[in-house]
Amino acid sequence: MKHTEIVVIGGGPAGLSAAINAASCGAKVMVIDRNSQLGGQLVKQTHMFFGSQKQYASVRGIDIAGILTAELLKYQDNVEILKDTTVIGLYDDGVLTVEKDGKYLKINPESIIVTAGASEKFLTFPNNDLPGIYGAGAVQTLMNVYGVAPGNSVVMVGAGNIGLIVSYQLMQAGIKVKAIIDAAPRIGGYLVHASKIRRMGVPIKTSCSVKYAHGKDKLEKVTVWKLDEKWQPIPGSEEDIEADVMCISVGLSPLAELLWQIGCDMKFIPELGGHVPMRNEELQTNIKGIYVAGDVAGVEEASSAMVEGRLAGLCAAKNLGHASKDFDTLKKDYLEQLDSLRSGPVGEKIRKGLNQLVV
Amino acid sequence: MRIDQHPIISFSKGKKVKFSFDGKEYEGYEDEPIAASLHAAGIRVLGHSHKLNRPRGFYCAIGNCSSCLMVVNGEPNVRICVEKLKEGMVVETQIGKGDLK
Repeated sequence: MKHTEIVVIGGGPAGLSAAINAASCGAKVMVIDRNSQLGGQLVKQTHMFFGSQKQYASVRGIDIAGILTAELLKYQDNVEILKDTTVIGLYDDGVLTVEKDGKYLKINPESIIVTAGASEKFLTFPNNDLPGIYGAGAVQTLMNVYGVAPGNSVVMVGAGNIGLIVSYQLMQAGIKVKAIIDAAPRIGGYLVHASKIRRMGVPIKTSCSVKYAHGKDKLEKVTVWKLDEKWQPIPGSEEDIEADVMCISVGLSPLAELLWQIGCDMKFIPELGGHVPMRNEELQTNIKGIYVAGDVAGVEEASSAMVEGRLAGLCAAKNLGHASKDFDTLKKDYLEQLDSLRSGPVGEKIRKGLNQLVV
Repeated sequence: MRIDQHPIISFSKGKKVKFSFDGKEYEGYEDEPIAASLHAAGIRVLGHSHKLNRPRGFYCAIGNCSSCLMVVNGEPNVRICVEKLKEGMVVETQIGKGDLK
């Protein structure tokens, strides 16, 4: 059995930020990630970030992963990193079990920060399991990390930020985007992205959904149709689009299995992607010593995930007796940064969701 | 299909290695996911559903959705979207739930 003060589950933007802050306060930290590279989904994000300078605005996601990893290594005396390691259980007595290189290990930490992230949602329509239908994030990984094109012509389903950004990146890689469709009457993502894509000649069809995917063992054609103001399909409005790729970008849902297993109070909040854990202002759940940050605590953007990670790391360390001398100032700053990221019409949904969750 | 020209990314690739898929020889880059090598070779049918044996492709790329399970070096249910390619790997289509030897 290994022992440490704080285990951080997941080395994405939230987890790295949490580990940096906890280790810089003097806590012994172990970061566990199932991938062989730290950074989580930042590694495929070749676009520049929004937000303010504190959340690395104008820096590409892929470079933020490197910046955070370098910052973490400044505290290497306090940090142990387990890559290619999957957490498989969290138990009542505080023991955490992991699989690494085919071996089963037990770890006994004093606190745990769960930053497991989220996975892509599916969409229901006939033949939605045909090869050629991908999660938009998966296509981003395939082309931006491994340099492999998913196919030749694409229908993007979802005009949120991920749908818009991945469409742009597909075109950067020389792949034709036939159309972006969205069931909502309005484009969900930033209009600056949408305008850029429209200028490149890609139609964005709102109030439009997938009726049918055609093909035998791979996608060949997509039938879309218009929706009325009650989101019901309008017969006769069908349109066929020839495409060998369809990307599904209809949101993410938190990877909350470990939180369920340990018995965290969970609540279903659609605005945050599904079932999410109740927590206090310091991001501690109803179980003492179990903290959450990032998409697993409610799906938002990487910018807010990083700030939440900083906050959870700071507070988890303090509650184990490693209080930063600037604790109050830093905590106030993180809370203000989160408020600012969630301000305005774009953050309205997030604010509404969080209001039901923070105790 | 490999992306050769990209305006902002330069791809770092491992060395070229050979592997077999359903008895035929292919080439890929060491340490890329097996699914990426197969995709580059134009193979997009990866797993199959248990009941109706419907073909399944690449969906999540993070080892989460089970759409890409294959038999690798005799071991069934390998998530090939995250399993790294090595020289001489034997990759096979999996039918059904797979048997552990």
